[in-house]
Amino acid sequence: MSEDHIEGRNGLTRLRGLSGLQLAFVVALLAVAVAFPVLFPNPVATNYGVYALIFVAVASAWNIFSGLSGYISLGHAVFFGSGAYTLGIAARDWHVTGTGVFALLPLAAVAGALIAVPFGLVALRVRRHTFIVITIAVFFIFQLMAYNLSFTGGTTGLDAPFLPWGAQTYNNPFYYIALACAVGTIALAWLIRRSRFGLQLRAIRDDEDRARGLGVHAMRVKLTAFVLSGAITGLVGAVWFFYLTQVQPPSGFDPLFDLSVVLMAFLGGLGTVSGPVLGALIIEPGQLYLTANTNGYISEILLGSLFLVAVLLVPRGIIPTGGEYLRRLTSRGRTAIPAAAPSVPQAPDTAPVREAQR
Amino acid sequence: MTREIYQAIVDGILVGGVYALMAVGLTLIFGVLDIINIAQGAMVILGAYLSYELAARLHLDLFLGLLVTVPAMFVIGVVIQWAFIRPLRGRERTSMTLLVSYAVALIIEGILYEIFGANPRQLSASYVTSSVHVFGFYLSYIYLYGFALALALVAGLYLLLYRTTFGRSVRATMQDETAARLIGINISRVAAITYGIGVAVTAAGGMVFGATNAFNPNSGYDLISRLLAIIILGGLGSIGGALVAAVFMITLESVVDIWQPTWAIVVFYAALVLVLLIRPTGFFGRKAVRAQ
Repeated sequence: MSEDHIEGRNGLTRLRGLSGLQLAFVVALLAVAVAFPVLFPNPVATNYGVYALIFVAVASAWNIFSGLSGYISLGHAVFFGSGAYTLGIAARDWHVTGTGVFALLPLAAVAGALIAVPFGLVALRVRRHTFIVITIAVFFIFQLMAYNLSFTGGTTGLDAPFLPWGAQTYNNPFYYIALACAVGTIALAWLIRRSRFGLQLRAIRDDEDRARGLGVHAMRVKLTAFVLSGAITGLVGAVWFFYLTQVQPPSGFDPLFDLSVVLMAFLGGLGTVSGPVLGALIIEPGQLYLTANTNGYISEILLGSLFLVAVLLVPRGIIPTGGEYLRRLTSRGRTAIPAAAPSVPQAPDTAPVREAQR
Repeated sequence: MTREIYQAIVDGILVGGVYALMAVGLTLIFGVLDIINIAQGAMVILGAYLSYELAARLHLDLFLGLLVTVPAMFVIGVVIQWAFIRPLRGRERTSMTLLVSYAVALIIEGILYEIFGANPRQLSASYVTSSVHVFGFYLSYIYLYGFALALALVAGLYLLLYRTTFGRSVRATMQDETAARLIGINISRVAAITYGIGVAVTAAGGMVFGATNAFNPNSGYDLISRLLAIIILGGLGSIGGALVAAVFMITLESVVDIWQPTWAIVVFYAALVLVLLIRPTGFFGRKAVRAQ
């Protein structure tokens, strides 16, 4: 329970709102994100942008449930693929063509939520270990269903309706849709993390029995987060499907997707708002580059190796470890007498000791 | 029809024995190290490829080859445990170890793809294709031999766990790690050897699996999801539970397969979900003291 309580206590004042510096940073980042397709109009670049944002959204959505509650889901591809398949089936059966398909997007979120309810009711009854395994089992059931049900198109999968956009600017609308998804999810994650609901989730992560004893309706809280996370993932899955224009069982329900998302959140920092964003921005473009320039197996080996290295070197993720490092730097300045402040970095012997005593 | 069902049950029990062997390794690792070893499936496939190479290059008999592959997998297991799992500590250890083993599985899969490609292979030997007629059932020799091997190895594991000092320290660690440490058990040694043993049995499991199924580097996923379902159904950490659940689940799948070949595997998972709804700890699972 150590770090988080400390973080929570001195973080309470900080969490009321972002500091001016942080706000400026967020605005600058957002401006860069909005300007990106204008600065780099090349479809190769915007393609990287679309995928990176899709995964920023998914990793943040995953983190809302798994990062905060500590229940690691290895089955979020269930929602991702179901969102894609729902819209594929809806567009085909209702003969929706052209840009009209975007009006169907909320349907994908509804599908994600509707699947998350029974999924969560079964999976969230058990211990954390077992939960992970059940998510894997459910994932395989969905992949099998996609292969074998009569309305999913079997091995060939489904095609998205044709969009009458020029090749040069084809990616741009998708870029902004993905950006909207990503920003919306991050904002939601931020709001949840500082809300009572987020605190309840983190209490469950720290000690579920004690949280329950303190009056947290554990099942209701977990299920709400799970449904929310599933709905967003379903929605983003549908965007991904329109962008890729097709979905097959192994691509919609991809075990590598599950692992990548978890890896993104872990690398950045589990349970933090910015961690999954950073992780997704590092891993997804890297993975795209590797897949484009090597055969797929090398990228698989590298992804696995990267994960091992990340777990061994920064086990708590880049954001918490980096944040701690920064805080140590700044607190050194603060605890020293003002006149001596510039010379403090030359006195490394005393500062770490003081840090350790706090 | 009745004949087919009986045949399916007999097949299910024979194949279930082999799954039981692989599942016992998995549940043993869980019991001692508190790790769900997702890499177990990939390791079974690695074991199958090792047997394949030995048979193809040295023309070694599949069962004789186990004398090489089992120790080799044991060493691989100990090395993985030492390098990647031992250093993990802290609150998120459980989820981290799970992801580490997933990453190990990915690396193994990628390497196997790199070396062998995606084409499915199958182990061959004279006893793989021939069968014997007993009591009106056609039994393939490889199923019989595989079952016998699994039985022997499970019995060996039983003796190791319940009749030796090492086994006693393993069981003590499974019951209470802190207490075991207090009475002087070298936990890290027990953990390393247990992980090694849990992985070593995949060499045998992989050989029989590779002789009875076509496999490629991707086959590990299907395998691990079945094995996980089995050990959860049996109750995590319960060796007897893993044996019963393996035979039960594989037999169930084999029987359903008569009518619905494509959906047999779904029945398998549906049974898992159903049992967990009634008993969240599985057939023989200990009740969780705290819901962590």
